[in-house]
Amino acid sequence: MTRVFAWTAFLLGVLFFALPLAGMTEFSLKMRRGEYSFDAYRRVFEDQRFWDTFSYSLILAGATIVFGVLLVVPTAYWVRLKLPQARPVIEFITLLPLVIPAIVIVFGYIRLYNTSSVLPLTGSALGTDVLLTMGYATLALPYMYRAVDTGLRTIDVATLTEAAQSLGAGWITILARIILPNVLVAVLSGAFLTLAIVIGEFTMAALLNRPAFGPFMQLLGANRAYEPPALAVIAFAITWGCMGLIQLVTRFSKHERAKV
Amino acid sequence: MAFLDLSNLEKVFGTNRVVKDFSLGIDKGEFVSLLGPSGCGKTTVLRMIAGFETPTSGSIHIDGQDVTAQRTNQRAIGMMFQAYALFPNMTVADNVGFGLRVKGIPKPDRDARVTEMLQMIGLPDLASRFPFQLSGGQQQRVALARALAPQPRVLLLDEPLSALDAKVRVSLRNEIRQIQRKLGITTIFVTHDQEEAMSISDRIVVMNGGIAEQAGAPFEIYNNPRTRFVAGFVGTLNVLTATVENAEQGLVSVEGQTVTLATGAITGRKGDRVALALRPEAIRLGRDHGRPIVLPATIEEVHFLGSVIRVRVRVAGTVVALDTFNRPDQPPPPLGSVAEISFAAGDAILLPD
Amino acid sequence: MSEADLRRPPKWRLPTEWLGILPFVAFALLFLILPTMKIVVGAFQSPEGGFTLQNMVDLNTESIRSAYWTSIKLSLITALLGCAIGFAMASAVVFGGLPKRVRSPLLTFSGVASNFAGVPLAFAFIATLGPAGLVTLWLKTEFGINLRAMGFNLLSFWGLVVTYLFFQIPLMILIIIPALDGLKREWREAAEVLGATGAQYWRMVAFPILFPSLLGTFALLFANAFGAVATAFALTGPQLNIVPIKLFAQIRGDVLGNPNLGYALAFGMIVITGLANVTYIVLRTRSERWLK
Repeated sequence: MTRVFAWTAFLLGVLFFALPLAGMTEFSLKMRRGEYSFDAYRRVFEDQRFWDTFSYSLILAGATIVFGVLLVVPTAYWVRLKLPQARPVIEFITLLPLVIPAIVIVFGYIRLYNTSSVLPLTGSALGTDVLLTMGYATLALPYMYRAVDTGLRTIDVATLTEAAQSLGAGWITILARIILPNVLVAVLSGAFLTLAIVIGEFTMAALLNRPAFGPFMQLLGANRAYEPPALAVIAFAITWGCMGLIQLVTRFSKHERAKV
Repeated sequence: MAFLDLSNLEKVFGTNRVVKDFSLGIDKGEFVSLLGPSGCGKTTVLRMIAGFETPTSGSIHIDGQDVTAQRTNQRAIGMMFQAYALFPNMTVADNVGFGLRVKGIPKPDRDARVTEMLQMIGLPDLASRFPFQLSGGQQQRVALARALAPQPRVLLLDEPLSALDAKVRVSLRNEIRQIQRKLGITTIFVTHDQEEAMSISDRIVVMNGGIAEQAGAPFEIYNNPRTRFVAGFVGTLNVLTATVENAEQGLVSVEGQTVTLATGAITGRKGDRVALALRPEAIRLGRDHGRPIVLPATIEEVHFLGSVIRVRVRVAGTVVALDTFNRPDQPPPPLGSVAEISFAAGDAILLPD
Repeated sequence: MSEADLRRPPKWRLPTEWLGILPFVAFALLFLILPTMKIVVGAFQSPEGGFTLQNMVDLNTESIRSAYWTSIKLSLITALLGCAIGFAMASAVVFGGLPKRVRSPLLTFSGVASNFAGVPLAFAFIATLGPAGLVTLWLKTEFGINLRAMGFNLLSFWGLVVTYLFFQIPLMILIIIPALDGLKREWREAAEVLGATGAQYWRMVAFPILFPSLLGTFALLFANAFGAVATAFALTGPQLNIVPIKLFAQIRGDVLGNPNLGYALAFGMIVITGLANVTYIVLRTRSERWLK
């Protein structure tokens, strides 16, 4: 009896998730009247704005990832090694971006870093780009920190550090050659998740008026009929790809550990 | 029929026969241990008695009633788990009273019984604590109280001491035995620790590969093991290889010394190999009145354990462990020195091959 | 060391360890804490700069009250449905006797779906349940069911509810599956041995143990829905009066006619999502303590 209920619940759920995906795929192929074609996709790929905004978001994603790694890995390492008492505070901070909605954060940026403030970031395009990157880093912080922290937990940070120090290594060497390679899997997981978040992000980019992929999608959605579902398919494929890469990377690491 | 009767129990998982033709009769009030290495089927037998696994064939009777197909929650048995399994959302008192609450026993009677049980396990003040506030030993005692509160017919213990510290293990196993004796409840105890099994059981069933190799009182199993496995698993065993001289007269030789075993004790022709097993306490370091067989030996290891000194010596091509009591005027022998060991033929356990 | 040295109190050294987390703290301050504080403080500032509660009072207009109420309704309903359906699917996979191979794909997909929010999600639903959507047309041609005539319009409150569920349900699944795994097999067995039926076990043991997780995840889902902007913007745009949309419009161009009102709106959002998240964290800590 339980099994009947279980299968029913499960299959209904699967249906609910499959239908929108099927819908968007089907709709995206209907541009040419009367037959299925990839016309919508071709239109999208021929649109220069697609490439401009997509590469913009990609670059910003890269910058966010690099910045995130450089910020989070040393901090998580240091907290684990020297400052366990700071842990609750740090963890609380990393949870804040989940508590405070993105729209509120970016609102704060606009008010705080406008042209009449000490740090007039919104005054220039580059400054706003930096601000947006920081905003993305903030959004990705909870996931990045948790991934790296979990990765650090599985290696004995204290002993590795002592061993390295006894062999004469300095802090940067330790971080770059010993810690980072050992938490690479966790870092990659965080990186792919950051990529997924940044590519699709809308609120911050729209309010800071930057030519990112999210606002581009929304603009197209307001004006076109068939290109938006094509974009949705592309966006979903990217998200799926990122998650798939995370799975791949974690599974790969398990094999590595087994060999040792 | 015995109070708890297991007949020809068999359990197959896929292609794996985990329990093969297991039969056992347990009297009311008896404390029986199922002893064996991991994978020998002892836990599976216990879970079949509990009802978590259904036997592929065979039957289980409790007090004359066939319970083989009966659901677990109707069998009126109590169980203790290795991982304590106390309900984390309930206080100690609520945990202990759970079985009574399920039966529908009114609150005042429940409370009285819970108090009684907490007294019995010696933790009357912990009634309103939660499991996460208790130590492992305390949790396990509460688990015992919880299992016994509804007055089950049979008590099943699934390696309840394995997760505890060494000292707690010893004191708790004695406590469990005392309570069991006082209540006279039929109990089955699963363990892989032979010292545990021997110290508190009325009878031990040594299991290996899904079957019972031998069942008997601890004294019996230790001194008269019927198979090589039982001899090796229970207690330490030394094995000397002897050569048959004359099978009819029971004569074998080891290192030139003739050992006279009981007539008819061995079969085989002159020159055959035979295994002579000896317990550590049967071998003496040096000569001893009453142990006529003397062999030369080299001291390889000396472990001073306090009241007992365990010495490992090389003799007749193998290493043998012997125990000797500590005597303040006799320091342990130095490593590498040559000595003699002696034993009596009657102490030798003959092992089938 | 001489005796005099031993008696002297140890020299106070600068706590240099704390420098190690300076970059992180600086980042958090500049890009998380200070901006939020700016909002919080600004909510209580008058245009001249003095302290005032006027902004809070000004929130009390028909339109804004309605926005908050709609947002709360939206978040409550999607959280409730997300919890119920997510729980059903998660239990089906963990306890329902489904084949083991189903679990991993479900978890992966839930990870993907919970991140597939915002603009593309809106497009997907428009393509499915919108006026020319796949399911809409299929229902009309196959069954003669006209969704529009039945009162269903995707570009409305209930359309948003259905759309939000696409990421709420997977989020529930992701969080609750570990909690369901945490229900040790021995608890069920112990309850059975003590005479409990399956229903009694669930009522007296399993649900009480799960309750903090369930409630906490409900709070999380609530906060998640309350703060969401992009999906609503792309789907219903300015048509639906919810707080994030209102705030969005206010930031873009002072549609409310009072710059400080934006602060007050945002402050209201922080309070509500903050409360929900604190509830989640408190309950999760409590359940973790039990299950130690």
